Amino acid sequence: MNIVACIKRVPATETQPKIAPDGKAMDPALAEYMLSFYDEIALEEAIRTKEAAGGEVTALTLGPAEATKEIRDCLARGADKGSLLTDADWHTRDNRTTAKALAAQVTALGAEVVFCGRQATDRDNAAVGQMMATYLGWACVTDVIELTIDGQKATAKRESEAGIESFSFDLPAVITCQKGLNEPRYAGLKGIMAAKKKPIEESAPELAENMTEVISVELPPARPEGRMIGEGTDAIPALLEALRSEAKVL
Amino acid sequence: MSKIIVFVEQCNGTANRASTEALGAAASLGAEVIAVSFGEGAANLTLAAARTIALEGTQYSPDALAGDIAGIAKAEGANAVFCASTGTGRDLAPRVAALLDSPCFSDCTAVAADGDAIAFTRPTLAGKLIANVKSTGTAVATLRRNCFEAPEAGSAEVTIQPASADFKALLTEIAAKVGGKLDVSEAPIIVSGGRGMKEPENFKLIEDLAAAFGNAAVGASRAVVDAGWRPHSEQVGQTGKTVAPQLYFAIGISGAIQHVAGMKTSKVIVAINKDPDAAIFKLADYGIVGDALEILPALTEAVKGAVSGA
Repeated sequence: MNIVACIKRVPATETQPKIAPDGKAMDPALAEYMLSFYDEIALEEAIRTKEAAGGEVTALTLGPAEATKEIRDCLARGADKGSLLTDADWHTRDNRTTAKALAAQVTALGAEVVFCGRQATDRDNAAVGQMMATYLGWACVTDVIELTIDGQKATAKRESEAGIESFSFDLPAVITCQKGLNEPRYAGLKGIMAAKKKPIEESAPELAENMTEVISVELPPARPEGRMIGEGTDAIPALLEALRSEAKVL
Repeated sequence: MSKIIVFVEQCNGTANRASTEALGAAASLGAEVIAVSFGEGAANLTLAAARTIALEGTQYSPDALAGDIAGIAKAEGANAVFCASTGTGRDLAPRVAALLDSPCFSDCTAVAADGDAIAFTRPTLAGKLIANVKSTGTAVATLRRNCFEAPEAGSAEVTIQPASADFKALLTEIAAKVGGKLDVSEAPIIVSGGRGMKEPENFKLIEDLAAAFGNAAVGASRAVVDAGWRPHSEQVGQTGKTVAPQLYFAIGISGAIQHVAGMKTSKVIVAINKDPDAAIFKLADYGIVGDALEILPALTEAVKGAVSGA
């Protein structure tokens, strides 16, 4: 099976962002980057699908030249090749532009199933997977926690407020992956060595114009300073009193 | 005047709270609000909107439903489509956005008129940054719970339209959650535990405190979810759920940045931790230093008394 895992280079989890001088973005120069958390789950599911059905896994991203680091990470874990849509301004692209560029490359690669993380941990929109599927005219199930692929037929489970929902669909499809779907593997030394010989194809994507206008980006307001009520069980009456008469939440 | 389509999730003719809040957000912009709903009971909705379009169908498919919503938005010449930021709304909205060839803004916490456009406020990087954005196309967005005023029920006239039967993915089953427990994303009070609970069995004390409130959900830090003590559905934080309840208890949670990102917009935060220097105390409105295992049983008893009005 021809399998694609869409991944994204995102600021490392511990990043304390600073605002860029124009006030419209996070200062990209100040951040450490990593593979987005949910994309590790997407990649793992892609590799497991290949292990079950045969085929090839391509790690695909829209990113800067430096994103070869995140692609190598995927190759070390078991992807066969990388596809980098090189775009120095990747962090300014909106989800529509990104989804269109990825959809075009998914078509060019001839993929039958695409795995994405449920959301990238930078913009947190959780939108590109569904948008890509819609542009491709494919089935899509989001936030998947259980997946079964049998030939061209598939079933997937996701959790919503209503409960655990089961969906059935045919490939080709886009699956967005939620924590719980699998336990991502780490790259071993052998994988890291092998990754150095695996190909990464870089190409310049065709980019639709952004339709998102950023008005401003700001840091969230700081919380007013709280107070220490006391120590141990002795502090309980004072806490309840504060919750009742001061905070008025009881 | 602008025209906004709001997708309203409903069960047996009752709209869910988050969807009603989305109607309120649309109304606050002075727009003509057209509600669209789906499924059994949708025709019985009495919403605060200009009109309600009930899509009649028995089988749920997110791609087919998104097609119907986008089709209505086009036919109505709407300049915005809102959904609630729920599991269903967040799944649907990006599909609708792509069909309208527009971007999608998820989990917005505020909306404001900006000339002819709508400015959306949304947290990014799990709330470490706040972005204000607008669309140059149709404004498609999901709106976070507890951020907008829900109007009283209205009397919008309902027109019925058949739902599309052109499915790609089809819902075949919904298995109810065990015990009907409140989800962290919905509960007005959350009691969360972390490593400071020492053993998975000790989460019974967390559950007891949540039960004492009657309307509280159990939450968990990433550390205890990764250790397998608690299910991922309870995880609060950057790789779990982002929550903003009225009252949040962080018990035995040190306050790692990725946990804080998911709960720092809670109205009131109470922290209980052994370590007086724990980062969580910098964020908490009220702190108690001490062993959670000792404090919890007494706190639970005190809460029982307070809740019953004693």
